[in-house]
Amino acid sequence: MKNPYLPYPVRIDSIVTETEDRNLKTFTLVFKNPEDEARFAYTPGQFAELSVAGQGESPIGIASSPTEKGFIKFTVNKVGRVTSHLHSMKEGDVMGVRGPMGNWYPWETLEGKNIVIIGGGFAFTTLRSSIVYMLHPDNRSRFGDITVVYGARSPGLLLYKDELAAWEQRDDIKMHITVDGCSDPNWKYNVGFVPTVTKEKAPSADNAYAIICGPPIMIKFTLPVLTDLGFPPDRIISSLEMRMKCGIGICGRCNIGSEYVCKDGPVFTLEKLSKLPNEY
Amino acid sequence: MTEMYIPKEKLAGVVEDLIGRQRVYGPVFDGAYHNFEEIKSAGALDLAYSNTRLSAKGLFHPHSERMFEYSLASGDPEAGVLKETEKDYSPRVVLGMRPCDARALKIMDRNFNSPQYGDPWWVKRIEATTIVGLACNAPCGTCFCTTAGSGPFDDSGLDAMLVDLGEGYLARAVTDKGSALLSQISKGSAAPADAAQKADALRRSAEAAIGLQFDVGSITGKDSMELFNSPIWEEIQFACINCGTCTFLCPTCWCFDIQDETHGEHGDRIRIWDSCMFPLFTLHGSGHNPRQNKAQRVRQRFMHKLRYYPEKYGDGIACTGCGRCVRACPVNIDIRNVARLMSSSACVRPA
Ligand SMILES: Cc1cc2nc3c(=O)[nH]c(=O)nc-3n(C[C@H](O)[C@H](O)[C@H](O)COP(=O)(O)OP(=O)(O)OC[C@H]3O[C@@H](n4cnc5c(N)ncnc54)[C@H](O)[C@@H]3O)c2cc1C
Ligand code: SF4
Ligand code: SF4
Ligand code: FES
Repeated sequence: MKNPYLPYPVRIDSIVTETEDRNLKTFTLVFKNPEDEARFAYTPGQFAELSVAGQGESPIGIASSPTEKGFIKFTVNKVGRVTSHLHSMKEGDVMGVRGPMGNWYPWETLEGKNIVIIGGGFAFTTLRSSIVYMLHPDNRSRFGDITVVYGARSPGLLLYKDELAAWEQRDDIKMHITVDGCSDPNWKYNVGFVPTVTKEKAPSADNAYAIICGPPIMIKFTLPVLTDLGFPPDRIISSLEMRMKCGIGICGRCNIGSEYVCKDGPVFTLEKLSKLPNEY
Repeated sequence: MTEMYIPKEKLAGVVEDLIGRQRVYGPVFDGAYHNFEEIKSAGALDLAYSNTRLSAKGLFHPHSERMFEYSLASGDPEAGVLKETEKDYSPRVVLGMRPCDARALKIMDRNFNSPQYGDPWWVKRIEATTIVGLACNAPCGTCFCTTAGSGPFDDSGLDAMLVDLGEGYLARAVTDKGSALLSQISKGSAAPADAAQKADALRRSAEAAIGLQFDVGSITGKDSMELFNSPIWEEIQFACINCGTCTFLCPTCWCFDIQDETHGEHGDRIRIWDSCMFPLFTLHGSGHNPRQNKAQRVRQRFMHKLRYYPEKYGDGIACTGCGRCVRACPVNIDIRNVARLMSSSACVRPA
C-alpha cells in the first residue's frame, strides 16, 4: 500500500525571488528518484504539500504545467514557520513534496470554450500553470479565446514578469495586466483595481468560463462585474484556501459543510459555493 | 465454531490461552476508570464494567503516534528524507468492546479508508485485529445507541460477540475472523438449550430501557443551510467553554494535527488528536480564521456529526449514542438536546 503521507524526496534546483518585497520566491524542484515524476502526474489547478523535515508541511498550488517536463514549480509567500524556513533554503537542499492533491480546473468542460482568467496578487500560481498548459502547441487549439486580467498592488509585486511580457507579445492570448498604483512613467500597462479593469475590458460571456483567484476582497468586487457581463454562477470557477494538514480528506481540518477543500476542492464553481456554508 | 458457551470460571483460562497466541487488549480498571490496555495476564481484564472512559478509537488511531522519522545530521546522505517508523502489526484480539464503540470504528473507517486513500496505520491495525464485543445488558441513562443507529446488541462492528448470561458468556461469531478466533478456544462448551432465548430477552429489555430519544430522519432530511443558519446555535453554544473534552472522548471524532518534533539531529513527524473546538484548528497563516467564534466551532461539531457526515456518506449519523460527551461535558451540553433542537421533534422518553 502506498503511504499517502510520505513525501517524494526532491532537490531544490533553483530559487527565483519574484517580487521586490522579496516575500515571494519560486522554487523549481527536481525529483531525487526520477520514477517519482511519473507518479506525481498532475493537472493544472491541483496543489501539493511541500514538506521540510523538522519544520512541517504547507499546502501550495502547483505553479508549473504538466506540459513542462523534468521539474515542478511552486511560488511561496513567506508567512509563518514552514514558508519562512523555505525562504531560507538554498539550491541543492533536499526537501519533500506530497501530492498531487485536490481537484483541478474542469479542463474537459472548458474544451472549446473561451476562457477568461482573473487573478490578483500571489494567487496567480495555478493560473500560470493553466495559461502555460493552454498555450502549449498540443493544447492551444482545444480552447477558444483566452483573456487574462492580472493585477498586483505595484509593478514590483507582479509574479512571472518575463513570462507576462512574453505573453503580451503573442496574438493568441489577450493580456490585461494592471497595478493598483504606479509612479513609473514607463509603465506600459493598466492602472486600476482588477474589478474596474475587468469591467472596462468587458470580456464576453459568450461560450465562456471565468476562472478567478485572488484575495477575498478582489473576488468579492469582481463577482458582480462578471454577473453583469452575463457569466452565470456555474461558469465562474474559483479556488479556495483553508488551513490544511493531511491534504487527502482524512484529518478533518479543512471542511466547508460536507466538503473537504483539500479533496473535494480546492476548485469550486460559484454555484456550488452558494450551496455551502459561508465559512471560509 | 460459530457459537459456544464459556462458563465464567473458565474465562481466565480462555484469556491465558489467547495471550499465548497473539496480543490481547481489553478493559482494565485503573483505579478511577476503565480503559483499553494490553492484557498481559488474565487477571487484569475486567469485563464487569459499563464502558471505558476513553473510547476504543485509540487502539486504532492513537492519541499520538510517530508517522515518520528523519535525520538532520550534516553529512548524512539521507538527511531530510522521511522514513516510515516501524510498528507492530502482529495479530491481536480486543476483548469486551461495547457494540457502540465497535460501530464507531465502521464510521471512522469511511474516513480513514476511502476508495481514494487508505490511511496505512489505520488500515493495518484494523486488519490485524479481531474484535470480540460484549453486549450491553444494562445501558446507562446517557446511552442513546438505538436512536443513533446502533444498539446494545449491535454486532455490525464486531467479529464476535459475548453475551453475559450470568453464570457464563454466550459467544457468537459474526465474521470469519470471529469464527477463526472462537475455534482457538478449547475451553468452551456447547451453548445450553435456552441460551439463545435468554440472550434475546436480555437484548429486548436493554433496547427497551434506552428508547427512542430523537428522530434522526428529521435532521438528515432538513436543508443543510437552513440548519446552519438557524438561531439555535447561539443558545446551544452559550455555556460551552471549548475545552475539547467531548471530541477527546468521542469514539467517532477523528481529527488530528501533524507536527514535526526534532531532538538534536533526529526527529519524528507525529500526529496527535486535534479538536474542532479549538480556534487554532482553522487559523490560517495570514491570521484569517473561518471559525474564529465559539458559536461557529460548536455548530461545526454538531453539524458534522448529525448533518454533514450523513450528507456525505448517506449512512446514518457520525454518532453511536455512547453518551460519553453527555456524561463528561463540564457544562452539561447534551447532544440529545441539540439533536432535538435541530429536528424540533418531540422527544420520546424511556419508559
Ligand atoms: C490549496 C492551497 C493552495 C495554496 N497555494 C499557495 C501558493 O501557491 N503560494 C503560497 O504562498 N501559499 C499558498 N497557500 C497558503 C499556504 O498554504 C500558507 O500560507 C502556508 O501553509 C503557511 O504555512 P506556514 O508554516 O508558513 O505558516 P504557519 O502559520 O507558521 O503554520 C504552519 C504550521 O505551524 C504550526 N503553527 C504555526 N503557528 C502556530 C501556533 N501559534 N500554534 C501552534 N501551531 C502553530 C501549525 O501546525 C501550522 O499548520 C495555499 C493554501 C492552500 C490551502
Ligand atoms: S465538553 Fe462541553 S464545554 Fe467542553 S468543548 Fe465539549 S461541549 Fe464545550
Ligand atoms: S457524539 Fe457523544 S454520544 Fe455520540 S458517539 Fe461521540 S461521544 Fe458518543
Ligand atoms: S487537510 Fe486534512 S481533511 Fe483537508
